Amino acid sequence: MAGHGSNVHSAELASRPGRDGLMSALARWAFISVSLAFLAALLFAPLATVFVTAFGKGLGAYFASFSDSDTAAAIKLTLITAAIVVPLNTIFGLAASWAIAKFDFKGKSFLITLIDLPIAVSPVISGLVYVLMFGLQGWFGAWLQEHNISIIFALPGIVLATLFVTFPYVARELIPLMEQLGNDEEEAAITLGAGGWMTFFRVTLPKIRWGLVYGVILCNARAMGEFGAVSVVSGHIRGLTNTMPLHIEILYNEYAFVSAFAVASLLTLLAVATLVIKTLVEWRTGYRRRR
Amino acid sequence: MSFRQPSILPGFGLTFGFTTFFLGAVVLLPLTALVVRTAMTDWHHVWDVVSSARALASYRLSFGASLLAASINAVFGFIIAWTLVRYDFPGRKIIDALIDMPFALPTAVSGIALTAVFAQNGWFGKYLEPFGIKVAYTWIGIVIALTLIGLPFVVRSVQPALAEVQRDLEDAAETLGAGRFYVFLRIILPTVLPSLATGFTMAFARAVGEYGSVIFIAGNLPLKTEITPLLIVIRLEEFDYGGAAALGFVMLLISFVMLLTINLLQAWGRRRLVGDRR
Amino acid sequence: MTSDSMAQSGSTLSALLIVAASALLFAGCGGSEPAGGATADTVALLNVSYDPTREFYREFDTSFAREWQEKTGQTVTVKQSHGGSGQQARAVIDGLDADVVTLALAYDIDSIQQIGKRLGADWQTRLPNNSSPYTSTIVFLVRKGNPKGIHDWSDLVKPGIESIAPNPKTGGGARWVYLAAWGFELQRNLGGDFGKLADPAAADEVAKAQIAAEKFVGQLYSQIPVLDSGARGSTNTFVQRGIGDVLIAWENEALLAIKEMGPGSVEMVIPSISILAEPPVALVDTVVDRKGTRKVAEAYLQHLFTPAGQLLAAKHFYRPRDSAALEQYRAQFPDINLFTIDAAFGGWQKAQATHFADGATFDRISQGRR
Repeated sequence: MAGHGSNVHSAELASRPGRDGLMSALARWAFISVSLAFLAALLFAPLATVFVTAFGKGLGAYFASFSDSDTAAAIKLTLITAAIVVPLNTIFGLAASWAIAKFDFKGKSFLITLIDLPIAVSPVISGLVYVLMFGLQGWFGAWLQEHNISIIFALPGIVLATLFVTFPYVARELIPLMEQLGNDEEEAAITLGAGGWMTFFRVTLPKIRWGLVYGVILCNARAMGEFGAVSVVSGHIRGLTNTMPLHIEILYNEYAFVSAFAVASLLTLLAVATLVIKTLVEWRTGYRRRR
Repeated sequence: MSFRQPSILPGFGLTFGFTTFFLGAVVLLPLTALVVRTAMTDWHHVWDVVSSARALASYRLSFGASLLAASINAVFGFIIAWTLVRYDFPGRKIIDALIDMPFALPTAVSGIALTAVFAQNGWFGKYLEPFGIKVAYTWIGIVIALTLIGLPFVVRSVQPALAEVQRDLEDAAETLGAGRFYVFLRIILPTVLPSLATGFTMAFARAVGEYGSVIFIAGNLPLKTEITPLLIVIRLEEFDYGGAAALGFVMLLISFVMLLTINLLQAWGRRRLVGDRR
Repeated sequence: MTSDSMAQSGSTLSALLIVAASALLFAGCGGSEPAGGATADTVALLNVSYDPTREFYREFDTSFAREWQEKTGQTVTVKQSHGGSGQQARAVIDGLDADVVTLALAYDIDSIQQIGKRLGADWQTRLPNNSSPYTSTIVFLVRKGNPKGIHDWSDLVKPGIESIAPNPKTGGGARWVYLAAWGFELQRNLGGDFGKLADPAAADEVAKAQIAAEKFVGQLYSQIPVLDSGARGSTNTFVQRGIGDVLIAWENEALLAIKEMGPGSVEMVIPSISILAEPPVALVDTVVDRKGTRKVAEAYLQHLFTPAGQLLAAKHFYRPRDSAALEQYRAQFPDINLFTIDAAFGGWQKAQATHFADGATFDRISQGRR
């Protein structure tokens, strides 16, 4: 996926000749209104609902939602899962983008397609494949049970399903970025005698730093928010194998709407924080100016 | 005939080896389980499941709604990208950042929240209700949910392309007497088209498989508002692993084809814009 | 050559990483609290249950833990999992290590036995009352004041009436609902006599009645705008989202909804006849033997049949078997005319095959929607 936001200098916006006519102003007004209306209906309203319902019974009820032991366990499980999944996918993302962006080889498009596959695969399928592999009726199920190893309906299964679903996120951020940034600096470093690792850490990493941060944050947000795939492999054991999104569904089904939306608001805040960090990062480094 | 172009940069073997190994272990191996399970199932049954009226209705819904949602995103996403790139207004930066929200928001949360907003007694639902427009639990609700999750793909694809449109070309054309619409059609659109196509296809691919945000707002009525992923879950619940795998395999194939298309489109776009400088 | 060795080291590195990650995971799952297993003074059980029993088992588990502690000094923690009955059965078949299963219908436990081979075929005879500690039935929940005048099953197919019920393909209660509706129309066409079903002389009448029942149920489901996957989902749709004129639900769900939402918003309507639903319980032999929790699990299930357990069930709106408990909660459980699944359908195996299997009546009815 190419690029993120826009960072057009205001000078460019302002000084266009012939832009001050009535038609232009009308067009501008129309575009902005339509955009805002569309976003309001689709994006802002649901977000607002989450917070309005979460705080609907006051701050006391909001914070009380988190003292329930099942909720605390769900939060812990989500955090552990993300802590395992994100580093693994980050390492993969770095390796894949180095191999793909820095070198020319046959079948590159095919490889990129394979890496992108989990995004287009339905989460239900992502969960199903692990049931097919590790379930009692699946490939390894009987063997695993004999050796008392639990994969599905336990943490490992949840981690695997999440790993699958968030697999491409860091790679997708880094590949176009590294392609865009080119090989010149690295090649210069090599010709000057730097080794591979030193080049990577001293030359490449600083260049892609902010793209990496963004990719990691996005991967993290997705890992914490995954619902469909985890739902299939989880077993829904309260206090043990329910992640935050699953727990939200449970709370919602038990008439505990304030609690459900309170936990949902945590995940939403995480998403908001993701974007705040990203905006901050872009603003601080003017990284877009490298184009 | 060489596999790759020579380069002075080191590390290809290491990174390529690791990439393919990890890819194989995490993505390909599990997907193989799907393929194998389908292959192991009796072909008649596979065909029955995959071509049953219910499955066909669900493909129509899943793919139809996704196509519609991606199209809506193409139009509105373009408008929004245009607005963000070309105009400045208070709050532009915030709105710009919020575009990524559907990407980061958990699908279950979007699902529950959208249902709450568009149900008969919801914030927007109650205004639409008197006009007889039912959103929640109809295909309209499904399209809305799918539009939401696909939004960032189009906007984020189009924005950089729009920003890259060579302004001097535009200006030159205008000084030579071209109307705004002509400029749009001949200069802006061609530049932006590959990214628009990429964004559209990505939004489409994402929407087709979506489960979490749709399952709350869909009515789940067989033959009417049942999406394909739900059919897979139902097959599982009937202990029909073969049937579930078969449906999953069909979806997987289609996803793969779409993704390949996207990547080829992106390659086309790159060649048009910057020439092959890789 | 460098490339090759680097590719090799690449694969080695990744293999190492995966092994390390796996070790981490297994260590994690070994060290964390397992959902079962016994030591000298603590033991953990996993109860895999169906959708509406959440509130009930929360209290029941505490009650059982207290009693077990007093009796044996052992601390027992019961972990719960809830979901659609069919979904839960599937999970257990796929390896979810339930010590006990407490599901909505016997067919689901039979599936665990037949497909998953995780418990003995005689499970239903091990506990009293066919292993059903309580019963329930299917009733209607309507808006306050019953504005649409719903009094019986036939009112549900009046034009313009929208009902809410869950999906029989994924829910347990959903299947009871379907069968209750079918049974109603069936007996209406048989003059109220299910005995005719077994009477060869009445074969014609029975055939006509079955056709009428299929038509009735088809009409009913065509007037359902939303099919949630479980009982609780349907309750939410009706109560929270305000969709539909009547909710066809478990009696316990209806009573709970009234309690949670307040009697000012919804009220219960008892139909002229309904089905006797007997949600069964069982222990999963292979699991309890492997984990050594058989004694606790047996005691847990037996606790359901004790006066304390029965009172708790009644409190949570399930009709108890124990007459003393029933007496105490008489006001809550009005008299209903009930028929059994055996009388009307010849048992669960037949009912499942005739109605819910692939291509059976529910599928036929769904086709007919268009």
